[in-house]
Amino acid sequence: MSDPILSVRDLAIAYRTGRKESVTAVSGVDLDLYEGQSLALVGESGCGKTTLGLGLLRLLPGLGEITSGSLTYRLKDGGRADLLKMKKEQLRRFRWNEAAMVFQGAMNAFNPVIRIGDHFADTLRDHSDGRRWTKAAVEARAGELLETVRLDPDRVLQSYPHELSGGMKQRALIALAIALDPQVLVLDEPTTALDLLTQRSIVQQLHELRKKFGFTMVFITHDLGLAAELADRVATMYAGRVIETGSARDIFHGPKHPYTAGLINAVMPVKGERPALESIPGYPPSLKAMPEGCAFNPRCAFASDECRRSRVELELLTERPLAMDHAVACRHHDQVRFQRKQKENANV
Amino acid sequence: MSDRTAAAAPLLKLRGLEQVFDTKKGPVAAVGGVDLEVRAGKVLCLVGESGCGKTTTARAAAGITRPTAGAVEFRGKPLADMTAGERTAYRRAVQYIHQDPYAALNPTRTVASTLTAGLKRHGLVKNRAEARAKAAELLRLVDLTPPESYLDSYPHQLSGGQRQRVNVARSLAMDPELLICDESTSMLDVSIRVSLLNTLGRLRDDLDVGFLFITHDLAVAKYFAWDGEIAVMYLGKVVEHGPTPEVIGNPQHPYTKALIGAVCEPDPDLARANQAAEQLRSAEIPSLTDLPAGCAFHPRCPAYEPGLCDAAEPALERTGAGGRRVACHVVARGRRTDDRTLTLDAVPGSRRPAPTGAADDPNQTTGAAWSA
Repeated sequence: MSDPILSVRDLAIAYRTGRKESVTAVSGVDLDLYEGQSLALVGESGCGKTTLGLGLLRLLPGLGEITSGSLTYRLKDGGRADLLKMKKEQLRRFRWNEAAMVFQGAMNAFNPVIRIGDHFADTLRDHSDGRRWTKAAVEARAGELLETVRLDPDRVLQSYPHELSGGMKQRALIALAIALDPQVLVLDEPTTALDLLTQRSIVQQLHELRKKFGFTMVFITHDLGLAAELADRVATMYAGRVIETGSARDIFHGPKHPYTAGLINAVMPVKGERPALESIPGYPPSLKAMPEGCAFNPRCAFASDECRRSRVELELLTERPLAMDHAVACRHHDQVRFQRKQKENANV
Repeated sequence: MSDRTAAAAPLLKLRGLEQVFDTKKGPVAAVGGVDLEVRAGKVLCLVGESGCGKTTTARAAAGITRPTAGAVEFRGKPLADMTAGERTAYRRAVQYIHQDPYAALNPTRTVASTLTAGLKRHGLVKNRAEARAKAAELLRLVDLTPPESYLDSYPHQLSGGQRQRVNVARSLAMDPELLICDESTSMLDVSIRVSLLNTLGRLRDDLDVGFLFITHDLAVAKYFAWDGEIAVMYLGKVVEHGPTPEVIGNPQHPYTKALIGAVCEPDPDLARANQAAEQLRSAEIPSLTDLPAGCAFHPRCPAYEPGLCDAAEPALERTGAGGRRVACHVVARGRRTDDRTLTLDAVPGSRRPAPTGAADDPNQTTGAAWSA
């Protein structure tokens, strides 16, 4: 295996909140992503997962700013490029060609007064390097993509967004994101706000698309079931930091951070008996008033005085190839006993 | 819970409830004949996808809309026949908790002001000090402690989970007998959701509050309504109804089976196994303005049989013991071929579908296999 397709080093992102004030939304993120992998960023609202996802493409809104670190991509031509050093024109060519994003909320991601077909035309023409897209070429490419997500191109290309259901919009949006065959696809909450059966069909299609196009995937979700379904790797975020990372099996079968374990334990199983579930006490901290030491300490059952004074960096627990190492940022990780009963899964 | 409450009349009774909306495309039956009951201290969960009529049912039950046919009865009294005084009492006894904790609170009111508005309106407190003490007590009930740190907050200073707790506290101010929760936990993070559901469960057990609980999430339904009932709705009709452990553990209707099969479990090994699961024939829900003939689920149903499912609409029939009701031709036929000699218990008000030739064909065992 060659170099990683994406290397993130010590990334920090802040939002300006005033003339000289800002809050740090993401800090100290290191990630290596290899070709064909699928990584889930999980965590509660406000943990910085969307900010990090947007940051990966430098798509942060006006007040957001990458304050330090580097974002290196391996490009299609084999060269390497630091996204943070790119000029506007280079960025335009980079986005959609090399890496694309499926934004949160399929309902609102399309321009309501532009037909789906014109969204495809705009995207293809704006982000293609040197290639001319005739009307027929756009239709052919868009038709092919829509068919892979099982939509009827004749109907959908002529439709305005409001004429499609939520599931259809989400599928069209995914088709649009892969229009220029990007190597990396970032999906922000791809199934949130969709019906259960629609979610299931989106999941199935993402599996098929990955098989067909082989793109690398980063997806952001608060739904741990979805992460288990789609991810090879999982990174848990809390208060702007990655606090645990590992293969999907490592994380779901033996989480080592009390927060990850708490999140998984809070998922209600639909199969088997009804267990009494414990929630994580308290609420996530505000970015403006981060607790001293480990940000999770006020909600943590294992917190000691040391935790209240200082936090620890990610510690390697199990080494695995292709950056799938299981690592955790918790000094009490050996006390975490994961209790999700296997028995209730036996009768599936 | 005592036998006394179980034997008592249901708190809320929906009798043949229909809600037809007039639209440009013609009348749309958002709810087409729903019969359900909620008892004190018990939970009835309505589950289904968007557009299945669960919110419309809840709104009619809360008296927010007037049903176009059928009746909503509270403690045996139809809503339509209530005097003004009875209606006021009903409005106090039945409280509604909305889906969106961000939109349901007035942004210009403090928590104390939100919580005491109803108390003042209904004359339940004598003065300000008493109102504030009551508000603090309500916050303690929903685990927002210490109350002093929340009373003077505005909604924007609270997180989504905290806001939803304020919503619950507001509904509790009226000492309700019935809470109608419309997707009240869907916008919350997993850990916050569990703790809110645990709080609601405590209210149910300690204060004997009945719940009409609406969710699209079967896992939430299972967790919260384990001692209660689940009614699965599809395009305005109940397709399966029964005690929660039975509906979740042994679903009969193909739609219920599909919903349960679609839930993602937080275990990659199970997820891999899940990918092989049976798929629906179509992911899209038909439009309410253009309902398919026969069983409304037949265009998506994996058990669909031409000639049977697209001919007539299946009735919601009792199946076996335990109060389960299912509306599916294939299930019904499987049961009839299975135990043709058994006398089916007569259910008041239930209609038997016209006997089909297939029911007498001993070679046709698909239904039995499906329901097994």
